[in-house]
Amino acid sequence: MARYIIGRLLSLIFVLFAVSLIAFLLMHQVPGGPFSMSDKGPLPAATQEAMLRKYGLDKPLWVQYTRYIWHALHGDFGVPFQSPTETVTGLIMRTWPVTIKIGIPTIAIAYALGTLFGFIAALKQNTWVDYTVSFGATLGMVVPNFVVAIWLLLLFSVYLGWLEPGGWGKPQDYIMPVIAYCLAPMALVARYTRTCILDVLRADYVRTARAKGLAEQRVLTWHVGRNALIPFVTILLPEIPNILTGSIFIESTFRIPGLGRFFVTSTQARDYPMILALVLLVAAFWGLTYILTDVLYTVLDPRIRLGGGKVAG
Amino acid sequence: MATSTSVAREDLLAGAEARLRVQAPRSAAYYAMRRYFRQRLAVVGFVIVLFLMVIGFGAPLLAPTGYADADLMSANEYPSWHHPLGTDAIGHDFLSRVMYGTRTSLIVGFSAVAVACLIGIPLGVAAGLYGGLTDFVVMRLVEIMTAFPGLLFAIFLMTITGPGVRNIILVIGITSWVTICRLMRAQLLTLREQEYVTAARSIGASELKIAVRHLLPNALAPVIVAITLAIPLAIFAEAGLSYIGVGINEPTPSLGKMVADSAPYIRVYWYLGLFPTLAIALIMLGFTFVGDGLRDALDPRQM
Repeated sequence: MARYIIGRLLSLIFVLFAVSLIAFLLMHQVPGGPFSMSDKGPLPAATQEAMLRKYGLDKPLWVQYTRYIWHALHGDFGVPFQSPTETVTGLIMRTWPVTIKIGIPTIAIAYALGTLFGFIAALKQNTWVDYTVSFGATLGMVVPNFVVAIWLLLLFSVYLGWLEPGGWGKPQDYIMPVIAYCLAPMALVARYTRTCILDVLRADYVRTARAKGLAEQRVLTWHVGRNALIPFVTILLPEIPNILTGSIFIESTFRIPGLGRFFVTSTQARDYPMILALVLLVAAFWGLTYILTDVLYTVLDPRIRLGGGKVAG
Repeated sequence: MATSTSVAREDLLAGAEARLRVQAPRSAAYYAMRRYFRQRLAVVGFVIVLFLMVIGFGAPLLAPTGYADADLMSANEYPSWHHPLGTDAIGHDFLSRVMYGTRTSLIVGFSAVAVACLIGIPLGVAAGLYGGLTDFVVMRLVEIMTAFPGLLFAIFLMTITGPGVRNIILVIGITSWVTICRLMRAQLLTLREQEYVTAARSIGASELKIAVRHLLPNALAPVIVAITLAIPLAIFAEAGLSYIGVGINEPTPSLGKMVADSAPYIRVYWYLGLFPTLAIALIMLGFTFVGDGLRDALDPRQM
C-alpha cells in the first residue's frame, strides 16, 4: 500500500511538471505581454523593457522556466502582475477562503440532499417519486449554473425583490450562489446514489439477508448502504476539488471576490505567475483527490488490490 | 359445413403467415430504433432537437429580421406583438437574435464534437489496437489533458487564437477529445479478449480484417452514445466561454454572450435574461434526452 501511494505521488509530480511546462509554453504564446498596456494606453518601449527586466521576462524562456521551478520549490510563486503589492501566495490566501466559504455549504447541501433524494428514488423505483427525482436530476445536471443563477436573480431579486442581486459580506449573500452552485452536484449525487442502491438491492447477499429474517432497517443500513458507498466514493469524491476551486460563472454573476475570477483575469492580464499558480493548484488538488479516492476504494472494498494485482470474485 | 372448414383453414394459414412475417429477421438498427421510440423522454428529446434544428438552421428563412439588423428607434422594447421577445439595447429583434443564437450553438456543438472525434477516435483506436509504446504515449497524453484544468486550458487557447466561431470550435474540440479516446480504447481492449476474436484469429483472419470486421463495429455503439452526449457539453462550453467574454463576439449572436450582456440590466429588462437562458436549457435538455435514450436503446444492459 505505502509503495503504491509513493508511486502515485511520484507520477503526480511528473504530471505537475508536465502541466506547468505546458502552461508556461502556452501562456507565452498568448500575444502581448503583461506590461504592453496601461490604463492610459500603450506604455513607452523603454518603460516596458525596464518592467520586463525587473521581472526577469527578458531572459530566454528556458531560463525563466527553470528559475520559476527553482523558486516554486522554495515556496516562492512570484508576484501577481495584477496586484504587484502582494505575493501570489498572499493573493490566493486572501481570495481562496471566499471561494471555500461558498464551496463548503454547497458540498454539504448537495451531498446530503442528493443522497437522500437518490435513496428515496431507489426505494420507490418506478413510482412517480422516482420519476420526479430522475427528471429533476437530469434537469439539474444539464442546465448550466450561470443559467440557474440568472433564473434565481429573476425570481428573488427582480420578481420577489427579496435579495440583493450581488455582493459579498452579509449572510443572505450566500443564498443565491449556493443554490445555483449546488444543483448540479446534487443532481449528480442523487443520480449515482439511485443507481448504486438499485444495483445493490438486486444483489444476492441482500436477498440472503432478507431471507434469514433481518429487519429491513438493518438490511438497508448495513448491507445496502455500505456497499452502495463504493462506487459512490469513486465518482463523487473527485467532484469536491471542482467545487472548492470555485466557479468563474457563479462568482462573476454574483460579484463574489473569490478565486474563480482570476482564472479569466489572469489570462487576460498575461499575469504569468498567477496563471502558473492556478494551474498547479488545481492540478495538484485534483491529483491528490484521485489518489485519495483510489486508496479509499481499497479500504471500502477489500476485493480490490492496488498496483496491478488481480481483482478476485 | 364445407365452407366453414375452408374458412377455418384459411384463418389458420393467415395466422401462420402473420406469425412468419413477425418472425422475419430485422436489422439491429430496426430494434434499436423501436427501443428508442418506446421511451417517453427520448421521444420528447427527439422532438425538442428537431424543433431546435428547424428554428436554428431555418433562422435565415424563418427569423423576422437578420441577426445584425438593428433599429435604434425601437431599442429596449418589452415583448409585444411586433417583437414577440422584445428588442435589446441596440434595437435587435430579440426573437431573431435567439434563433440565430440557437443556430450558432448547434453549429458549434456539432462541429466541435466532430473535431473531438477526429482527434479522439484515431488515438483511441491506435492505443487500443497496438498497445505497448503507442498506448503508453496516448495514455500519458490523456493523463496530462485530464490534469490540466479544462476551462483554464480553453480560456488560454481562446486568448491565443482570438474570439470567433471557427476558433471556439477548434478549442472546444481540442479540449474535449479525451472522453471519446478513452472509451474507444477501453472498448477495443475488452473486445480484443472476446472468444469470437480468438476464433477469427484461429481460422486465419488477418489483424486488419479482425479490426475492421469484428472490433470496430462492436465498439461503435457506446462511442455513438458518448458522441451524442458530447454535443450538449460542447454547446455548454461555448455558452460558458462566451458568457465570461472569451468566446464569440458581436455581431455573431451567441446565447451565452446574450445572457452575460443582459446581467447588468436584468432588474429592468428581465426578458433579455430569461429567453436566452430558456433556449440554452432547452438545447441542453433536448440533446441529453436523445443521448440517454440512445444509450438505453443501443445497449439495454447498460444503466
